[in-house]
Amino acid sequence: MIAHAIFFYIFSIIAVISAIMVTVSKNTVHSVFFLILDFISISCLFIMIGAEFLGMIMLIVYVGAVAVLFLFVVMMLNVAQQKNRWFISEDNSGHIPFGLIISTVIFFELIIVIGGWKYKPDLLNPSNLNVLNKISNTHSLGQVLYTEYIHIFQISGMILLISMIGAIVLTFRQREGVKKQSYLKQISRERSDGVTTVNVEIKKGVKIDD
Amino acid sequence: MDYLSTIFQEVYKILFLLIPVLVSVAMIVWLDRRVWAFVQKRQGPNVVGPFGLLQSLADALKYIFKEIIIPASSNKVIFILAPIITMTLALISWAVIPFGVDQVLANINVGILYIFAVSSLGVYGIIMGGWASNSKYPFLGAIRSAAQMVSYEVSIGIIIINVLLCVGSLNLNDIVIAQKNMWFIIPLFPMFVIFFISALAETNRPPFDLPEAEAELVAGYQTEYSGMMYAMFWLGEYANILLMCALGSILFLGGWLSPIDLYPFNILPGALWLVLKILLLFFLFALVKAIVPRYRYDQLMRLGWKIFLPFSLIYVVLTASYLFYFNLLPIN
Repeated sequence: MIAHAIFFYIFSIIAVISAIMVTVSKNTVHSVFFLILDFISISCLFIMIGAEFLGMIMLIVYVGAVAVLFLFVVMMLNVAQQKNRWFISEDNSGHIPFGLIISTVIFFELIIVIGGWKYKPDLLNPSNLNVLNKISNTHSLGQVLYTEYIHIFQISGMILLISMIGAIVLTFRQREGVKKQSYLKQISRERSDGVTTVNVEIKKGVKIDD
Repeated sequence: MDYLSTIFQEVYKILFLLIPVLVSVAMIVWLDRRVWAFVQKRQGPNVVGPFGLLQSLADALKYIFKEIIIPASSNKVIFILAPIITMTLALISWAVIPFGVDQVLANINVGILYIFAVSSLGVYGIIMGGWASNSKYPFLGAIRSAAQMVSYEVSIGIIIINVLLCVGSLNLNDIVIAQKNMWFIIPLFPMFVIFFISALAETNRPPFDLPEAEAELVAGYQTEYSGMMYAMFWLGEYANILLMCALGSILFLGGWLSPIDLYPFNILPGALWLVLKILLLFFLFALVKAIVPRYRYDQLMRLGWKIFLPFSLIYVVLTASYLFYFNLLPIN
């Protein structure tokens, strides 16, 4: 048990410190790296409570895909200067009230959740989730996800699909005057379409239409 | 005292796995160059040691004694961290590879997800290296490589789902044991082909070596690296290739199972069969490097997103409906 506790504290300390560093560090790219460290230590905590499937999915989805996109955006858009401006100049502090409102809301939500956990544990009782020790938690998750919560699962999938289609529609545009390659055209080209033999008359030349 | 002896035992096991992996990475570099040379009717490295076997060792010695140059305008911490992360991530995946029924360092329930997660983290070594170098070519190489790895991971994930449908477990040992009667390469042959090509793209091997396309990008994300740091990138890359070969042989070629379940074959240790299968796949990797020209970037993306992804998704539906119709779904 002692080893368990030691590892728990190591991971949670890393998680908390890196979460603080995400907001504190000056360089935006460093913030993203600290965010990744945070994700990794959180997934280690998931694995420690026995939810190994969730921990791995956390790594694959958040660290392997979402954070890479974050990193792309941060590297490409030069957010660093903007972040500095927000922090340093006084006239641009319109973000601070918003931040305060959001953080108070989150704070009260946390108080409600943790208070409920402490004083009314039966509110959070997962009555229809009987976790058996015989089957692995991937199996038990699948059994609940595809029977009890199938509609919610499907709806969340649809939401993701719609947002994906929306993103494609927003960014897709066809420009005029841009040569596009058509693989079908290229492959189905025969010698007779491309090569012609012309008898060139002297001092007249040929006119090639392109 | 009890803790200490456990720790010593684990360290001993880890070293017993790690040292052979590192040595075989060095040997595999030699094999790669040798196969490449033979395809092109050259000799390849044949001077240092018998058949040139010690060439990689000589190279490593050279790299160790070279000076490490850290560019003045680079982000130093991340610049140094990048090769270390690449190397570490390439090695820690080996913890779950089974070499026999109980010859596995960590027999975890979600072994395949673990490998997938660690290989998806591999992008960071490259992005960090490219970004921290603070120079044009490494940055372009890193961006390319990240986009490439992220898009081919998707199709690898779906191919893994195909195999998992037939197995019903995420444990790598269970995957191997499920192939006792028939290797998955027979029912899932198209998936094996796509897995092989995606593995080439995932490990930045030719014909998908755009991140380090020397004609366009000097050496991609490794341009500013020198000495031991370059060697670490290089070792990490080859360790990743070996890992992909191991994953391919576990998923499709029956892992440590012998090809024929008959007397002279099935008393040989499983590790030997796994190594032979890894070598076979690596030989194919090396051949592909020698005989195929490099893809263009838009072709690469088209292949990943418009051909492999839909095809493997359709194959998931086919496999699932076949198993469902003939009542073959593994339920335990």
